[in-house]
Amino acid sequence: MSEGHGERPGLAHHFDSYEQQKDTATLGMWTFLVTEILFFGGLFAAYGVYRTSFPAAFRAGSHELDIALGCFNTVVLIASSLTMALAVRGGQTDKGKLAAALLVLTMVLGTVFLVVKGFEYHHKFVEHHVPGPAFHFEGPEANHVQMFFVLYFALTGLHALHMIIGILLVGYVAKRAWSGAYTPRNYNFLEGTGLYWHFVDLVWIFLFPLLYLIGRH
Amino acid sequence: MTTTPSTLPDGSPRTHYLNAAYGLKSWLLTRDHKRIALLYLVSVSIFFALGGLMAVLIRMELVTPEGDLFQPDIYNRLFTMHGVLMIFFFLIPGIPAVLGNFLIPLMIGAKDLAFPRINLLSWYLYSIGALLAFWALLHGGVDTGWTFYTPLSTNYVNTSVLTVGVGIFIAGFSSILTGLNFIVTIHRMRAPGMTWFRLPLFVWGHYATSLIQVLGTPVIAITILLIAAERVFHVGVFDPKLGGDPVLFQHLFWFYSHPAVYIMILPAMGVVSELVATFARKPIFGYKFVAFASIGIAVLGFFVWGHHMFVAGQSIYAGVVFSVLSMLVAIPSAIKVFNWTATLYKGSISWDTPMLYALGFIGLFTIGGLTGVMLATLGIDAHVHDTYFIIAHFHYIMVGGAIMGYLGGLHFWWPKITGRMYPVFWSKLSAIVVFVGFNVTFFPQFILGYLGMPRRYHSYPPEFQVLNVMSSAGATVLGLGYLMPLVYFIWSLRYGPKAPANPWGATGLEWQTTSPPPVLNFETPPIVTAPPYTYPERTPSPKVNRV
Repeated sequence: MSEGHGERPGLAHHFDSYEQQKDTATLGMWTFLVTEILFFGGLFAAYGVYRTSFPAAFRAGSHELDIALGCFNTVVLIASSLTMALAVRGGQTDKGKLAAALLVLTMVLGTVFLVVKGFEYHHKFVEHHVPGPAFHFEGPEANHVQMFFVLYFALTGLHALHMIIGILLVGYVAKRAWSGAYTPRNYNFLEGTGLYWHFVDLVWIFLFPLLYLIGRH
Repeated sequence: MTTTPSTLPDGSPRTHYLNAAYGLKSWLLTRDHKRIALLYLVSVSIFFALGGLMAVLIRMELVTPEGDLFQPDIYNRLFTMHGVLMIFFFLIPGIPAVLGNFLIPLMIGAKDLAFPRINLLSWYLYSIGALLAFWALLHGGVDTGWTFYTPLSTNYVNTSVLTVGVGIFIAGFSSILTGLNFIVTIHRMRAPGMTWFRLPLFVWGHYATSLIQVLGTPVIAITILLIAAERVFHVGVFDPKLGGDPVLFQHLFWFYSHPAVYIMILPAMGVVSELVATFARKPIFGYKFVAFASIGIAVLGFFVWGHHMFVAGQSIYAGVVFSVLSMLVAIPSAIKVFNWTATLYKGSISWDTPMLYALGFIGLFTIGGLTGVMLATLGIDAHVHDTYFIIAHFHYIMVGGAIMGYLGGLHFWWPKITGRMYPVFWSKLSAIVVFVGFNVTFFPQFILGYLGMPRRYHSYPPEFQVLNVMSSAGATVLGLGYLMPLVYFIWSLRYGPKAPANPWGATGLEWQTTSPPPVLNFETPPIVTAPPYTYPERTPSPKVNRV
């Protein structure tokens, strides 16, 4: 917020107090995340319908996924949520440089996730498991297995898109944190970015078992 | 930051939000919710006119039974684009983005919405989406019906499904951001003393609307993405060849698109509550019931979508459940109508233009609502499904309800928005012409539909001609009624007499500030000490300063 109360830096013109500004920013982010849940929710609904209809095909499709890489990525993302939480704490306690370093670490972990995901996608491409006219699957119910992969790519693709947006956002916030833009009175944007990052992480926590662990007891 | 403005001889301040800055940049980069509301007013009016033009062409074709004016595939494009433009680019943003944007901060005593930059962003998103749809219109348009049912929309048609889909997707985020902004504003930006139960019912209506925008719109967004994926990558989420289910598309589509109807009607109900209280000079009867009825409609609205699919292959048990749930919506809707009526009882009613629109709304909404209950019953719906009965029913809600509310609201707050009064005679005439024209247009369609005339055809059996000619004649009158406000509103900007701060003698914080309001809305931050609509007993509204 550029314009503001001259005597109170960082307080936007239409707020009366820092508390009001912070509450507003936080509620805004939570409301946005509710929207995001419904956005993914449509796909989860489709997943639920088709998995119920074609349980065997979904199991077969799931077994084509690399569970080791999936596990590795899950650990990476959880670790990135830790660095993110510590970064927010750094902003809250006026340690801008520390926060910036932790944010860069978060970006690195996010990038590692995407690179691993890229290898998984490449593997699917080589095996002709990417849905479309070139799709090929040895085994029964090939069409229904293709439906599994449609949902796999839609869900993980949408998640990856959120990761990319998140990494860019974290980069911007890291730059701002380094230059000391966040103070204990106003680190709202940093906290909002943190909430977003945790949300994207949490989506993966749901995606991993739903996609990788079907029928593996 | 605020400098004390010098005042004009009549005591109103010299500087207000309209003359505080000049030039294109001061509008296109503004963060003032009042200016953004005006940007929206201009944009949605353009798309209302375009959608109206489509309707004119449709009614021209239907004057004669033969399909003699347009080829069938052109006619398909006409009714599709009529629906798309009217629903996504006029009715859904209409009242919230124009009146809600302008009034919510004023009504709750705030300086602006919670997120002014996001508010501006939402207008740009709307504009990009709308321009994409317009571009598609010039390049052949879409012919799937506004519902984009699969597999027609994914596997068969070659029209601009993708462009219009992307346009709706982008405009959808504009709608989400508006709703998000309103929710946070109403929670966090209320003036001291403005408790939840002192909020004007207009604000309650918009709160309920915003819940739907935030919860429903993302589902249509993801559904459009899936349609796009099917068309671009030739994969099939809804393709029966892959075991996909076209009915799943209908479920996802109506999960948003039914509540979307309440995005259109709830803000209009909020407007009508303000108008009825002001022009009956009484507090709204059963304020809390009317407030919670808005929330009730928003919540129930999410559990009734299956009534669009009674004959689409959904199970009979689902049909029964959706039928019962749909009828439940009648309860909060009826609470509103009864409470408005009870407010009128023994009120000192004055027949100003906004009140004429409000009374028109109540009558037309009642007809639209009652036919809605009829359609919620499985047997009747199976009979009249996809006929003009449906067309008439939802036009009574969307045009008779939402647009009457929108026009009533514009007439009510025009003096506040522009600082000018409009001519009384012409505006009252417009309200009557719109009411008459509307009924002549759409009442015959109830009969046509009940007799079996299907929707979406450019020709029909000759025995339906009389009623169709009536409908087209009514549409001409209705169109005239819509043109009149356009003319006298623009006229009033230059020649209309100056409006006082409170021309209707209404309660509400927006009337306590000057007309037009200053940039930060209030010279001194308001403190609220009383519930809304505290009109003294039996005092007629002031008859001063009217043209």
